[in-house]
Amino acid sequence: MSFLEYAPAPESRSILSLRDDYGLFIDGAFRAGRGTPFQTISPASEERIATIANANADDVDDAVAAARRAYERTWSRMSGRDRGKYLFRIARLVQERARELAVAESLDNGKPIKESRDVDVPLVAAWFFYYAGWADKLDHAGLGANPRALGVAAQVIPWNFPLLMLAWKIAPALAAGNTVVLKPAETTSLTALLFAEIVQQADLPPGVVNIITGAGDTGAALVGHEGVDKVAFTGSTAVGRQIAKTVAGTSKKLTLELGGKAANIVFDDAPIDQAVEGIVNGIFFNQGHVCCAGSRLLVQESIHDEVVDRLKQRLSTLRLGDPLDKNTDIGAINSREQLDRIRELSDVGVDEGAERWTAPCEIPENGFWYAPTIFTGVQTSHRIAREEIFGPVLSVLTFRTPQEAIAKANNTPYGLSAGIWTDKGSRILAVADQLRAGVVWANTFNRFDPASPFGGYKESGYGREGGRHGLGAYLAPASVGGAQRRIETTDATPRVESARRARPAKKGAAK
Amino acid sequence: MSRLAVPKTYKLFIGGAFPRSESGRTYEVRGADGAFLANAAKASRKDARDAVVAARGAVGGWAAATAYNRGQVLYRIAELLEGRRAQFIAEIEEAEGATRAVASAQVDEAIDRWVWYAGWADKFAQVAGGANPVAGPYFNISVPEPTGVVAIVAPQDTSLLGLVSTVAPALVAGNAVVVVASEHHPLSAISLAEVLATSDVPKGVVNVLTGSPAEIAPWLAAHADVNALDLVGAGDLDWVDLEIAAADTLKRVLRPERGPDAAAPALDRIAAFTETKTVWHTKSLR
Amino acid sequence: MAGTSLVTARERALAVLGGEPDDATLRRYLHGIPGVDAVGLEQRAAGLGTRSIKTTSKAWALDRIISLIDLTTLEGADTPGKVRSLVGKALNPDPGVPGTPRVAAVCVYGDLVPVAVDALGAAHGDPDDGAVAVAAVATAFPSGRSSLEIKLADTAEAVAAGADEIDMVIDRGAFLAGRYGLVFDQIAAVKEACRRADGTSASLKVILETGELVTYDNVRRASWLSILAGGDFIKTSTGKVQPAATLPVTLLMLEVVRDWHRLTGQRIGVKPAGGIRTSKDAIKYLVTVAETVGEEWLQPHLFRFGASSLLNDVLLQRQKAASGHYSGADYVTID
Repeated sequence: MSFLEYAPAPESRSILSLRDDYGLFIDGAFRAGRGTPFQTISPASEERIATIANANADDVDDAVAAARRAYERTWSRMSGRDRGKYLFRIARLVQERARELAVAESLDNGKPIKESRDVDVPLVAAWFFYYAGWADKLDHAGLGANPRALGVAAQVIPWNFPLLMLAWKIAPALAAGNTVVLKPAETTSLTALLFAEIVQQADLPPGVVNIITGAGDTGAALVGHEGVDKVAFTGSTAVGRQIAKTVAGTSKKLTLELGGKAANIVFDDAPIDQAVEGIVNGIFFNQGHVCCAGSRLLVQESIHDEVVDRLKQRLSTLRLGDPLDKNTDIGAINSREQLDRIRELSDVGVDEGAERWTAPCEIPENGFWYAPTIFTGVQTSHRIAREEIFGPVLSVLTFRTPQEAIAKANNTPYGLSAGIWTDKGSRILAVADQLRAGVVWANTFNRFDPASPFGGYKESGYGREGGRHGLGAYLAPASVGGAQRRIETTDATPRVESARRARPAKKGAAK
Repeated sequence: MSRLAVPKTYKLFIGGAFPRSESGRTYEVRGADGAFLANAAKASRKDARDAVVAARGAVGGWAAATAYNRGQVLYRIAELLEGRRAQFIAEIEEAEGATRAVASAQVDEAIDRWVWYAGWADKFAQVAGGANPVAGPYFNISVPEPTGVVAIVAPQDTSLLGLVSTVAPALVAGNAVVVVASEHHPLSAISLAEVLATSDVPKGVVNVLTGSPAEIAPWLAAHADVNALDLVGAGDLDWVDLEIAAADTLKRVLRPERGPDAAAPALDRIAAFTETKTVWHTKSLR
Repeated sequence: MAGTSLVTARERALAVLGGEPDDATLRRYLHGIPGVDAVGLEQRAAGLGTRSIKTTSKAWALDRIISLIDLTTLEGADTPGKVRSLVGKALNPDPGVPGTPRVAAVCVYGDLVPVAVDALGAAHGDPDDGAVAVAAVATAFPSGRSSLEIKLADTAEAVAAGADEIDMVIDRGAFLAGRYGLVFDQIAAVKEACRRADGTSASLKVILETGELVTYDNVRRASWLSILAGGDFIKTSTGKVQPAATLPVTLLMLEVVRDWHRLTGQRIGVKPAGGIRTSKDAIKYLVTVAETVGEEWLQPHLFRFGASSLLNDVLLQRQKAASGHYSGADYVTID
């Protein structure tokens, strides 16, 4: 026998008791949606998991109204200390139900259980713990004394870290005193709905957290809703751009966490084995469905062959398969659409003349899968060096000098993250200084922490999540005199790019 | 006998030089009493483009200068302005029809704002950044960095104060600026440019365009090499369209403000054109 | 099992180093090896430690662990009786369960080698063939603080008495003082002392005592140095210094062995020793070996556990697997 063909070690699904169908979570209760419900499936097997309600515009109205009521009647009047206690409760409940949440996440999203169990869910709890403590300390958030909450926050999150992105959005929003309407991604609603149950268990006042499910049109209705004061979005740059246009001309505050094409720079004096691990973790963590993934490997030309060799050897030990198996390293691609996109861009890479290498692994019959893939001989002009693939595909480029590495790393409209691998301290600091990216990992990669601000430069979005900075995204300075930063508009009607309707009234006299 | 005065020619300020508009256009600037004051250059989209190129070329060096140095350079502007105080007061009296007292107050406040912002240069990062206590063996620090090239539509109702109130905070963190001056009161902007040209501000760090904000701003808002847009003085323009145009490359946007408190001195204005960078590094004794 | 040829080892070192193995040349070489980021190394080891080995894989692993154990007694109070008892356990680890594999070797002080050889009798031989070898610690174990002459005599005596394997300690003081040439020469000399009259040679395990080298960079350099000087195995620890074997240190040594194989085609063994007491821990090491150098390394001539209490924990696990219920300490034998 081969020892390396580890016997199956599936995580038990028995911990999970799911309903057959889920409603919208509005005003503290589940209710049917008025849109056409849809099925959520496991991307690893294509099996149906549950039926999910679909929120139409009326449902969005209801959710925003519930959030508004909760904001005005309850949440904005509650002491920061008590808001904090609710968040601590939620953190504890997440810890108590951690295994169940991890199983649900891997089932619905396709990510390996070892990641949902060891990364996603622990970070979810950590995020609530971190921001819970902020709720009664907002004077120290960096906006001066008595900062005010914004009101109702509309939050739209992606499918790559469903529950974690929910935590990134809800925890700071609630700590700052906002109420929220959150829409999870269409393919990964499940853990958000389990979270709604946690909200009930925590006895959070109705309407403080509302979760509405649906597709892109539900999200568009939410961010465009005139009753929201704050929009927070994580997802693709294309959609983020559209949201920025929708929000233009309103008084809504906007934060966007968008795409990336991170450079992972490996110098010839790097701690080589850890660099190889970092490269693997950088691009193959969560099947590469990571906005800050190190999808461009910039390796010093003198060690290119050695690094690629070691990388291939290492990738050959990755285990692709059942996300619920505790030994799985690479899970399923989240959806057929995403798989198609990864395939398409990979084919483009071949057409462009890059050399494709695919890790030897057996692809299961059902479900959506893509084996870890490396492209060598990639040039900066190639599409696979410029476009976000959002899959387990690494493009390898070379450089000769630190200056060239920096120039190539920065040569992208994105600016979310970057990696540096070298033993030389002065070089790390100097290169980190010059990289136009919001998060720089030196001799490590893909580390996240609630205390650490995360977010992009340039087209990777604006605003930060995590840390004190993340709190600022949900607060405004106390309104006194001329400190009012933004013009007040009487009409918060969002504009749609194509429709040239009347300008929002430009009142804005000094307050 | 009275001496015949020598009038000044007002041009644009791009890359440290004073070119005429490439379009050859000028427009008449009149005082509050309707009297002709001068012909100002009417900048075109190509002038805006050149200004962005100049700013992009300058931003790297300005951002890399030490914060101490940037602070001194900004303070030097205040010193020079103080020396030419009388000139600016006279200009504002003529342009805005303000009393000497009001004009003086505007100039004094402008000078004092340079001083205030100059002092922030080597403190801002300490206030806005910091060490992050992450749960793991990592050194983790966040620092604010300049966003890059900032295009500004200056407040339109003042000659000098609005301009200074928007340009100074953008410079503090190390951004380079393309500013569209007040359309009706552009002369002090060019006089300020003369101050900047003889100060220690590197070429291209501040670029001043005069002319029609309505004509120029859309080109700046849509320019892919502009990283941020301050619409504080764009309240009378189709600023929603400008914000929409800016969204195409996800520029950071500050929306219009009006009134005497527009662009009031605030840390926020510095922060608005910075990006927080967080750096992680492993730490171990082994 | 037999050690590698002395001539080829030295020639290979010269070729790899590009010069005589003096302090300066070795320093240039060893300090030119890429550094180790401790956090990343420990994370990788922790990741390997989360592998979940179940059912058939676990059954295989438990048997394999037994066959890779150097069953060890290294006490001042060791007696012939104690060693005979150890040998009994090595030959027949679980009397109640026929088919239980034998351990790879018994590991004793040099003066007790004759006792072990005698007790093993016909079962004495190459563990790759199912026999049990005799390993002797030598070279002023565990501190290594004596003259070279004494270390060589110590070694030669054990080999002459029938030891198949010599577990030597490096001079950590010399290593930490940067006297790499001295460490090299001592290893090479001990290797020479492993030679038997018939021209064959005992296998040489070089103990780095990683707990005293402290940093991973030191461990990596000492690993290269030991292999360059002719060691057939690199071994973490004497068991007398804490920390002894850890998963990150073993992973690091396996990475060196992997890189040496890439460079020369030669396979070097690795022996974590000390502190591995449970089956669960030992399985993590098997996983680390398999995923770092390949499962072909999971053979007695390429991987060993230096352990004593580990064996009984594995036997308890085997009994649990066979019977379906948990066993107890009285159902395995003490040695």
